[in-house]
Amino acid sequence: MKVFIAKAAAATIVLFARAVTAVRAIWPEEGLPSSPCIYFANHSSHGDFVLVWAVLPPRLRHQARPVAGAEYWLKSRLNRFIGSDVFNAVLIARERDKRTEDPIEQMATAIDAGSSLILFPEGTRNQTDAPLLPFKSGIFHLVAARPDIDLVPVWINNLNRVMPKGEIVPIPLICTVTFGSALRFAPDEAKEAFLERMQTALLALSPKPAGSGE
Amino acid sequence: MSAASSDLLTLVAGIFGVLVLASAIGYVLQQRLSPTGTNASIENLNARIKAWWIMVILIGIAFVAGRIGVLILFGFCSFAALREFVTLINTRRADHWALAAAFFVVVPLQYYLLWAEQYGIFSIFIPVYAFLLMPIISVLRGDTERFLIRIAEVQWALMICVFCASHVPALLTLNIPGYEGRNVLLIAFLVIVVQLSDVLQYVWGKLFGRTKIAPKLSPSKTVEGFVGGVISATLIGAALWWITPFTPVQAGLLAFVITLMGFFGGLVMSAIKRDRGIKDWGNLIEGHGGLIDRLDSVVFSAPIFFHIVRYWWSL
Repeated sequence: MKVFIAKAAAATIVLFARAVTAVRAIWPEEGLPSSPCIYFANHSSHGDFVLVWAVLPPRLRHQARPVAGAEYWLKSRLNRFIGSDVFNAVLIARERDKRTEDPIEQMATAIDAGSSLILFPEGTRNQTDAPLLPFKSGIFHLVAARPDIDLVPVWINNLNRVMPKGEIVPIPLICTVTFGSALRFAPDEAKEAFLERMQTALLALSPKPAGSGE
Repeated sequence: MSAASSDLLTLVAGIFGVLVLASAIGYVLQQRLSPTGTNASIENLNARIKAWWIMVILIGIAFVAGRIGVLILFGFCSFAALREFVTLINTRRADHWALAAAFFVVVPLQYYLLWAEQYGIFSIFIPVYAFLLMPIISVLRGDTERFLIRIAEVQWALMICVFCASHVPALLTLNIPGYEGRNVLLIAFLVIVVQLSDVLQYVWGKLFGRTKIAPKLSPSKTVEGFVGGVISATLIGAALWWITPFTPVQAGLLAFVITLMGFFGGLVMSAIKRDRGIKDWGNLIEGHGGLIDRLDSVVFSAPIFFHIVRYWWSL
């Protein structure tokens, strides 16, 4: 029963997201990797992983699990239901002293079990004017532990205008989700160089500012 | 069977015939010139024809469903067009509630007023009430950055996507003596003439186009395409007089006005696209681009057509 409700809720959320944003995916020429991979995206809204999830082809969608902050997604029963049951998120504790499990270990376990991850390496929603916040080092430690995994940069455009922080009514605007070509961790790559390379690859997918002057 | 529905059936049969012919031509062209999908123009032509099938079927369903069907169809068109437009304009967080009001209050109310046949308030709701109230909602947040540009763009978006577009279904509210119960055919006349004019300008341009008519705005439009398209669409409009309350000459004249407004409307919307550095308004309709790319000429001709008919034919 719970599984059925979770499936219906997922379908409803995706339908709503599509109705509001008319979201369109832009794929890399060679397509997405078919084996489990890490989708890493810019983060400006709670709806980010819903959009990525919504545009993924069904087969890839079923193996994709968003990585999200446990503090938010365990806050209430509804949040817990959406986070754990509907989207099967890997919930990690953001604050170091509240951790009972190692987040890197949790993510690596999910990958080993055949899942893809939807990851937001900025660590928090970007509320600044900068297009991207500096990446946290989690993605580096994860990839150092699982060096053979494909890393797919994903740029989510416009969702921050649909629902800016603190607003409760979404504005219908057209969003795009651009997937880049898969990248790999280079052996012995230093942390700073790796993070820098990932940030550059992600930023390269962002469109030139046309409409919004924000 | 009433005269209206038998005319509608004849019309639908005619349109299906045209589409079948278009699909057949598209198929032959593809087999001859682009068997492996290498000729972009022919692939685009076939994508457009396929999209036309879907659009014609959707409009057909709306016509069968009657007044409510037509209002819902154009209500959704306004919503989707407004979404394409607002995506491209300068908005700031301070406009959030004004924009929410535009989508969730102005659009439904404008179409509700048509449903309720409140012509007086329908015709001034956006030019007066929305015009004055939207900037008030925006100004309450106290953000003056590019304020005039922001409120002007939102108002323009509403005028084009909601006010002008709603004049297509508004044709249903006209009370024309001797034409009772057939108003839906006026919508068919307007949409067929405008869209055929676009298609014919494209076809004439592809076949005989030499001289660019507005190279800065729309490099694909040519003088030959414009003249050929307008003349042939005017003749088709005249030939469609039997679905209208007009004489053949009047139908031709109205078709001429509609095609001219449609052509210049297309130029205006192209200029906006150039200004924003985009090629299409969106990706809703495969091969055509966004909804506004298909609707731009209808939007510019609908209010003029509506008022001419209202002034000279309606009670």
